[in-house]
Amino acid sequence: MSGVLTFTEAGIYCPAGDFWIDPWRPVPRALITHGHADHARAGMGRYMATEAAAPVIRHRLGGSIALQTTTYGAQTRIGDATVSFHPAGHVPGSAQIRVETGGEVWVVSGDYKTVDDGLSEPFEPVACHSFITECTFGLPVFNWTPQEVLADQINSWWRDNAAAGRFSLLGAYSLGKAQRLLRLVDPEIAPILTHGAIENTNAVLRSQGIALPHTELVTPEIDLTSRTGALVLAPPSALGSAWARRFKPQSSGFASGWMALRGVRRRRAADRGFIVSDHADWTGLNDAIRATGADRVFVTHGYTGPFRRWLADQGYDAHVVSTEYDGESLDGGEDE
Amino acid sequence: MKGFARLFTTLDQTTRTTVKVAAMAEFFQTAQDADKLWCVALFSGRRPRRVITTTRLREWAAERAGVPLWLFEESYPVVGDLAETIALVLPPPTTETGKPLSHWIGELQRLSKLDEDARKAGILAAWDSLDRTERFLFTKLLTGGFRIGVSQKLMTRALAQATGQDDAALTHKLMGSWTPETTSWSSLIEAHDPRADLSRPYPFYLAYQLEDRDALGPPSDWFIDRKWDGIRAQLVLRGGEHHLWSRGEELMTDRLPELGRLVDFLPPGTVIDGELLAWRDGPLPFNALQKRIGRKSVPKKLLAEVPVVLMAYDLLEQDGRDIREKPLTDRRAQLETLVADLPPEVPLRLSPEVTGDSWNALARIRAASRDHNAEGLMLKRRSSPYLAGRKKGDWWKWKVDPLTVDAVMIYAQAGHGRRANLFTDFTFAVRDGDGFTPFTKAYSGLTDAEFREITRWVRKNTLQRFGPVRQVPPELVFEIAFEGIQESPRHKSGIALRFPRMARWRHDKPLAEINTLSDLHEMLAQYG
Repeated sequence: MSGVLTFTEAGIYCPAGDFWIDPWRPVPRALITHGHADHARAGMGRYMATEAAAPVIRHRLGGSIALQTTTYGAQTRIGDATVSFHPAGHVPGSAQIRVETGGEVWVVSGDYKTVDDGLSEPFEPVACHSFITECTFGLPVFNWTPQEVLADQINSWWRDNAAAGRFSLLGAYSLGKAQRLLRLVDPEIAPILTHGAIENTNAVLRSQGIALPHTELVTPEIDLTSRTGALVLAPPSALGSAWARRFKPQSSGFASGWMALRGVRRRRAADRGFIVSDHADWTGLNDAIRATGADRVFVTHGYTGPFRRWLADQGYDAHVVSTEYDGESLDGGEDE
Repeated sequence: MKGFARLFTTLDQTTRTTVKVAAMAEFFQTAQDADKLWCVALFSGRRPRRVITTTRLREWAAERAGVPLWLFEESYPVVGDLAETIALVLPPPTTETGKPLSHWIGELQRLSKLDEDARKAGILAAWDSLDRTERFLFTKLLTGGFRIGVSQKLMTRALAQATGQDDAALTHKLMGSWTPETTSWSSLIEAHDPRADLSRPYPFYLAYQLEDRDALGPPSDWFIDRKWDGIRAQLVLRGGEHHLWSRGEELMTDRLPELGRLVDFLPPGTVIDGELLAWRDGPLPFNALQKRIGRKSVPKKLLAEVPVVLMAYDLLEQDGRDIREKPLTDRRAQLETLVADLPPEVPLRLSPEVTGDSWNALARIRAASRDHNAEGLMLKRRSSPYLAGRKKGDWWKWKVDPLTVDAVMIYAQAGHGRRANLFTDFTFAVRDGDGFTPFTKAYSGLTDAEFREITRWVRKNTLQRFGPVRQVPPELVFEIAFEGIQESPRHKSGIALRFPRMARWRHDKPLAEINTLSDLHEMLAQYG
């Protein structure tokens, strides 16, 4: 197969432009799809990302990194390759990266979802010959709750808790998921409190012009008696910790695509599970792949084995590539 | 189905007992009688008859979802529940009927009388008119096995709240061989004669493992006998009939026909709590009894080879009177009188009292339990009544320490239900010369955090896949605890363990120091 991109020990590599995309080992030049920890890693010589993704990447990897920014759709020549970034709909600033050499076009999806979450720049299909896609939820049992139904579920849970004088503790990843939920909930119900990890990301996103409802950081001094009924947003790892136990009485919820599975929901031991993911569901993955018009598909992380076979059944030249991306962590790892 | 689905959702969404009880009590106050009765039946382990094989259900669901069967099969272990997998892959419903739970159960009974094409049409139509939760519940009814995180005890408490009746009285009413087809809400729950059913047993009193020996007081306060290694059973003799119940409320009367002779020797209105044991001049190992219990009908030859007796622990009913409130000392005295004059060929024995001057002396007797084919000692406060269910304080089991071996994990498989997607079912091996020989599986004893850590390790260290099973390098060492060991020609190792589980993860134990196959065979010679 002609190699616009190849797969190396360090990550996805473009020989014509001598750069890597979302590498997991230190390399001289890295193009980054988005700021989650398994895609944007420390130790690269130079970085390139969208303007909208840059503040979070700087926040996480340090202000001193050499970071070149670009806008969606703008073409940049790197060596003999032409690259451009296109909205992936995953989190604010997230991109699919299009690479063209000698008339052959490959696209790296990074993480993506096809549903407009009201926060991230909505996913845009990009025509290509070869598509490198994630498939975190690449099985037909994963079909997401529509966004408006989800908003209704979370708001009525919070409203009931607030009426009963309970805190609503909601676990969600600090970049993307938390802010998506902030824009879904009805801030009229009660105050919204945040864990430090989430408030830090909120501050970064607010300073780049993303509007979020008023939130209040939980500090050791905070007077909780005047804030009963509040929604408390925290990273999944904080649920069930000593930090979370101060909110009494409480009902706990967890927001993840994995909440579609009853077994996982029960294992989390939260009172409620809300099915919400920043990855594409079964229909989303299939629609996105079809829309690229690609003949060849590489699947990187998720249910790669069955998803590849399904794609091959549909007539694609489909392959599994082994990478070090995590997708959405099943058992509450922080932020992927 | 909407009301039942709402109840299920509430139960499923909370870990709080009070919320669960309140939700069930509300259902018992508001639903129609047929639905209430089915709810009680389902939550007490009764279910409608199977209408269709799960093979057909898988095929039809995959077909309806527009995915190949192999992809459905790949999804099933990820979800960990067949009915849920089906509910998740099917497209959204196109109609809505609003029919109650009992309607859908009636529909299952109607379908059971039709040919396969008609059943398929009926089931597809049902799936197409139920939302995701209702569909899951309907399919659960189709596949059997309706465990949804509510114990019978909790359901009974809700029933007590809703009806104003006593908890224990309701527990008693719910025992026995009724099904929603053979009774009604009013005769099962509302009727006032709890002894209408001659076969009805009493709830078993169950003991917890002893926690604190120092809190027991003097040994003389306690009646002590052996914890026999058989099957706990209750023999009910009323109106010239006999019924034999297992602790799981299973009727075993036909499998143990020799106990029928007791009708001739004991007065009607007698209920005895005891342990079934295979017996030849003394108790035989548990696997001898298993030969008898495993089969529905008993050939004459087996009946002669493996005779069974009831080792009597307690007397619950005498002359038709419930005497469970009396102190154990009195019940025991009456039991002794009852059994005293029986000829030796009658298959009933009295569990002998074990005596010792001090707890240390008793500990020595306990340590030798395996020599008597017993699992330890039972401590029962002499003044205690016979309670219902598992209760702390008056009865304790003081089991002998388990046998243990150190072994290495060689295969891992993901669990079901709340353990879906988590590797929890492992195969273990001992050293055998230069290689390893598998000898047991185990899937309990570790914390969720340990299972998560092992799951990550298995994902990174898979050598080979055999369907859902992954072969891993022999590196992780565990202490395997078990209650007994017996010969088994079916297994490569030549042995089989009783109640194997992981006692702990031995991070400290090098692979070179795990046990060997010859160690296991020595244990077999000593304890088998």
